[in-house]
Amino acid sequence: MKIVLNGEAREVAASTLSDLLAECGFSGRVATAVNEDFISAVLRDHQVLQDGDRIEVVAPMQGG
Amino acid sequence: MKTFYGIDLPNPLMLGTAQYPSPAILEQAVRESGAGVATVSLRREGAGGTGQAFWQIVQDLGVLILPNTAGCHTVKEAVTTAHMAREVFDTKWIKLELIGHTDSLQPDVFQLVEAARVLTEDGFQVFPYTTEDLIVAERLLMAGCEILMPWGAPIGSGRGLNNEYALRAMRAEYPDVPLVIDAGIGLPSHAAHAMELGYDAVLLNTAVARAGDPVVMARAMMGAIQAGRLAHEADPIAARDMAEASTPVIGKAFLS
Repeated sequence: MKIVLNGEAREVAASTLSDLLAECGFSGRVATAVNEDFISAVLRDHQVLQDGDRIEVVAPMQGG
Repeated sequence: MKTFYGIDLPNPLMLGTAQYPSPAILEQAVRESGAGVATVSLRREGAGGTGQAFWQIVQDLGVLILPNTAGCHTVKEAVTTAHMAREVFDTKWIKLELIGHTDSLQPDVFQLVEAARVLTEDGFQVFPYTTEDLIVAERLLMAGCEILMPWGAPIGSGRGLNNEYALRAMRAEYPDVPLVIDAGIGLPSHAAHAMELGYDAVLLNTAVARAGDPVVMARAMMGAIQAGRLAHEADPIAARDMAEASTPVIGKAFLS
């Protein structure tokens, strides 16, 4: 399936958002959005990915 | 002493965590300043989990965390970012930034009020980055904000308090609302100025992080903030246009 992960086109095998995080090596404190909508951690198992989905994975960063 | 959504700050400095020469200098600056709050953000996670390393640093600092929505230009974007921040940082606090102008980074106050309302209704405790406009301030309070954070000057400009008159008016209008000067501070004297006006805290980043010696500047900022607060509590004299002799005239010897 083709998706866009953090702005980059990717071909992935994962079918859910949880699977995607594992497949791409994300761990620890991250938050996710699919097609600009926040998806909480407890819903990632149920978030079935569709071809063309735009996924954002963010983490703590320096800020002012 | 006012509380920030029920929390007593150990001191009135909120320090940003961006732009330091190294993580070690960031840590030292926060510790030596004694800042009670550190501001943080969310960005795309990089290869190797760079965000996780930063999260460890933040945890080790042992200060309160205030995540921001820096760089957001729409209500939708800011609200989504706030939800992500609440999950990642495990806090209801959100420093709500809605940028309306690219060059000045002036807040879009119309969208700010709407986002504040949405987030407050969803249980967030909003710290709104706003202008000194009193009508906007009133709308933010009506939207559920219990704190106001007017800018001193544009973010990163280091110009100090551009509009002292309006900031003084805001303090007078809302004596019981915690007020924080957010952005524009360049020098310790600017921070002292804010506290002398009766503001409850100062939030700054660039002035410390981009100084030649951020650790020493962090200490200088805290010293100035404490001096400014003491000065306000001491009820300073009013400025005059003409001189007024401090040494008594009565009793002076006639020697001419």
